[in-house]
Amino acid sequence: MPTRIEREARPESLLINMGPSHPAMHGTIRIMLELDGEKILNSEVEVGYLHRGFEKMCENRTYFNLLPYTDRLNYVSPLINNLGYVMTVEKMLGIEVPRRAQLIRVLMSELSRISDHLTCLAAMAMECGAFTVFLYKIKAREFIWDVIEWTTGARMTTSYIRIGGVRADLHPDYRQTLEKAIAETRQVLKDVHGLLDKNKIFLNRTRDIAVIKPEEAINFGWTGPCLRSTGVYYDVRKAHPYLVYNELDFEVPLGERGDNYDRYMVRMLEMEQSLRIIEQVMARIPASPPEVMADGLEPYEAIKQARRQRPEKPIKLSPNLEGSEKYRYPEILCSDRRYVPPPKEEVYTTIEGLISHFKFFMRGHGIRPPKGEVYFSVEGGNGELGFYIVSDGTDKPYRLHLRAPCFHIVSALEFLIKGHMVADVIPTFGSLNMIGGELDR
Amino acid sequence: MEGRFFLTTLNEILSWGRKYSLFQYPFVTACCGMEYMAAACAHFDIDRFGAGWTRFSPRQADMLLVVGTVTQKLAPVLKTVYDQMTEPKWVIAFGTCAVSGGIYDNYAVVQGIDQIIPVDVYIPGCPPRPETVLDGLIKLQEKIKNQEQEWRWRRRKF
Amino acid sequence: MAMEETEILAKLKNKFPQQVKETFISLGMEVAVIDKEALFEVMSFLKEKPQDYAMLLDLTCVDYLGEEPRFEMVYHLFSLSSNRRLRIKARVSEKEPRIASLTPLWRNANWLEREVYDLFGIEFIGHPDLRRIFMYDGFEGYPLRKDYPLRLRQPRIKFRK
Repeated sequence: MPTRIEREARPESLLINMGPSHPAMHGTIRIMLELDGEKILNSEVEVGYLHRGFEKMCENRTYFNLLPYTDRLNYVSPLINNLGYVMTVEKMLGIEVPRRAQLIRVLMSELSRISDHLTCLAAMAMECGAFTVFLYKIKAREFIWDVIEWTTGARMTTSYIRIGGVRADLHPDYRQTLEKAIAETRQVLKDVHGLLDKNKIFLNRTRDIAVIKPEEAINFGWTGPCLRSTGVYYDVRKAHPYLVYNELDFEVPLGERGDNYDRYMVRMLEMEQSLRIIEQVMARIPASPPEVMADGLEPYEAIKQARRQRPEKPIKLSPNLEGSEKYRYPEILCSDRRYVPPPKEEVYTTIEGLISHFKFFMRGHGIRPPKGEVYFSVEGGNGELGFYIVSDGTDKPYRLHLRAPCFHIVSALEFLIKGHMVADVIPTFGSLNMIGGELDR
Repeated sequence: MEGRFFLTTLNEILSWGRKYSLFQYPFVTACCGMEYMAAACAHFDIDRFGAGWTRFSPRQADMLLVVGTVTQKLAPVLKTVYDQMTEPKWVIAFGTCAVSGGIYDNYAVVQGIDQIIPVDVYIPGCPPRPETVLDGLIKLQEKIKNQEQEWRWRRRKF
Repeated sequence: MAMEETEILAKLKNKFPQQVKETFISLGMEVAVIDKEALFEVMSFLKEKPQDYAMLLDLTCVDYLGEEPRFEMVYHLFSLSSNRRLRIKARVSEKEPRIASLTPLWRNANWLEREVYDLFGIEFIGHPDLRRIFMYDGFEGYPLRKDYPLRLRQPRIKFRK
């Protein structure tokens, strides 16, 4: 069946297909262009090449079980998707998260946001020809991923933010790694500002290309850095503050013209603001309690000590549970045992712990929110990432819908590139930060 | 005897040349693409192993790296890309979604690209660490070394 | 809740007394359930000033298999000037799965409605270009309906094994 553009195109124009498998490192998308020489008369965007059935999978998994699926949505900023989903469920359940967990969540979320902007601009610059910028930014991203890896265990798809708090406490030496990451990122941002900001070639390729006015952007449903580049002040962190954002001091950079250059600049400045937030959060996180030992004790002795109601010193049963031991639990996870798995020391040694563990993970039991529906949104890397969950009282969501910010942004691509040249498609598409996992779910 | 010696040495020279200068075509779809980018950049360099240059056209490439989930909608495209590549060609399935469909066992995802094209090396992981990627690349290089290299022109029967 | 927060719901009830079936506040968000025939008028009313719900945040559908009417369309609107969100719901039956399209009012409704058509099978009257967006041509059925099995694959090309 011919696509719409094949049916509507004039017979004298040239049809070009930028196929689903293309060198742009953003995702699989098909852009068909109708050209007159080099000028684009009309275009059609075909998405859906990464539709993995996220919403249908979620209807067959329990609330706790579907956390890894949320990681893989916006895969350049995975912790923010985790956060969005978890906060939606917490709103439905009505539980309160301890303060340390909130601070850790903000820290992880801002690190993810920096990693998102770094990847987006790195790919955009590489496609414009600036390969050095790509290498610099990926280098900075590695330092950030190091910080995330030391705490969560995985570089990218972490499933770290859990319902009720976070999975484990920060690594004891996290300050060093984090300070190094901040310093490296600042250095890279300074270098890239010097390389690209006043670069004639970059300016020619991005200034006044794909301009969009604020009213049109709002009509298209844009949110996030793309909307802020047109001059509209809307940031979910400021408009509907969640976690501890209302205590932190940060600015929201705005653009003027709504072209590609403004989108690039807004992202660069937002990274600097995220670094400011991270420094403030780092100052607010109290020092973690000292590590406790498990060495010097035979296994049966350690278990016997752990069984005591009031042990002399807290016991660490296994090195794999680093960060999620019992004495850290009150600070990182909420204390309502219906929604949070019990600490492993209790599970292995007491009968109450074992029963709560079973009741949490058994099919049909576990987290069962009351009947109803909820919508909650967080500020993702691309804009307002919203989750709409309908619950029918069982342990699986009845319907989970994701309000993907890039879906609305990419739906305006046909409007944006009309009238420009073929070579303008590349920086435009790069500046929109299309992420396939979020677009197609 | 000389004939055998000549052919095996020629085989070794050809395999040495082919394995240390793999031109890759990264068929990037999803999250594993981020780890592919990390593996290709300065920290964990695949250029050290000769596979640095990405050739953005299947006709010029000899290694197809299928990175990320392949959906039913994308399957014919993958087959076309594979068919366009010229011999000799190798395929690496990068990431669990390419190996076996991953955590997505539903209506929209192909359960492993070996249902569509023959695969040489499977790299598991969700996403695989860059060190695993380098390990997979080295395994492919060993496989190339042990293969019999085709250098004679012969008519293929389809 | 103070009277000031339900101002928009009161306004809706006054303007459209028969079409608005019920209004309530659920977990901090104002919700209004309306008749599906009146959707376009209600949305046009909400988009104008002074209500000024200038952004269509989301448009989705929920399948209540076994209930009649079966589908429920859910719209989330957002007003930047007053920083307020609103949810509008409208029931659509299975025998006549059609509802008015919002494309003349908000341009992102174009793709959002295509997605709902693709995954649920609801037709939108007045949509300029209603066809599948995520699934491919030749896919039969509507995947996100509750009676479509999860693992029913319809391959596009012949598999090797």
